[in-house]
Amino acid sequence: MVYLTRKAEFSASHFYHNPEFTPEENKRIFGKCNNPHGHGHNYTLEVTVKGQVDQRSGFVVDLKELKEIMNREVIEAVDHRFLNKEVAEFHERIPTTENLAITIWTWLKPKLNVAQLHRIRVYETPDLFVDYYGEA
Amino acid sequence: MKAYLTKRYWFSASHRLHCDALSAEENRDVYGKCNNPHGHGHNYALEVTVTGQVDSKTGMVCNLADLDGFVHENILERFGHENLNTLPEFQGVVPTTENLCMEIYDILERGFQHAAIEKVRMEETMLNSFEYAGGREIRN
Repeated sequence: MVYLTRKAEFSASHFYHNPEFTPEENKRIFGKCNNPHGHGHNYTLEVTVKGQVDQRSGFVVDLKELKEIMNREVIEAVDHRFLNKEVAEFHERIPTTENLAITIWTWLKPKLNVAQLHRIRVYETPDLFVDYYGEA
Repeated sequence: MKAYLTKRYWFSASHRLHCDALSAEENRDVYGKCNNPHGHGHNYALEVTVTGQVDSKTGMVCNLADLDGFVHENILERFGHENLNTLPEFQGVVPTTENLCMEIYDILERGFQHAAIEKVRMEETMLNSFEYAGGREIRN
């Protein structure tokens, strides 16, 4: 089994707010991230797939194909978007890095017939990232 | 759904690698330049990984403000700009980054209440790093 990781970058804005909380609770729990006008990040996405190395091609996966799937299914949906307003999954769900990683997994999993998805890692900043392995 | 959140921190400290049970010559052999009696320092990078179910109300494994607060108070304040050899946790324990990594894991495991500690990873320099997950296998 060999693991292969492909990176992509996207920039997006978001804010954290739960309508079930009072304004004070939202402020206390989410701090500056509660600003309703949003704020942005340069995100880095790492998609790790695993599989056997094909004897003829020497590949776990055709990287060009993986790159196209990542661009089509993820980057086009989130790059230069206000996640809360423009991405349906985040109309109700708070676009935290945790939820971004889980959402990207659910987008990619059914589209990746070329290899087995192992891990989604999303960096919100170089010092903060979330890993999701598809666990319930 | 279970996710793993990692936050990276920095602190600077000095240390000297020296074992009292070894002779002066053996210490120089084992630790090389790190045995310099006056010590030397590093900018340590510390990565703390916590894990748990993503809370449906907050979208978080744990509130970063809680993790940042705990790490600042109990780790960065404690070790930052210190000579590690002078601290009580390193009396009779060589302050290698292996031991520092395990000590920091234990502080988090004992005291941090908001999420489970998955692992601690430390970079002593850009060229070496250490990981400890309480004796469990490291998940990559």
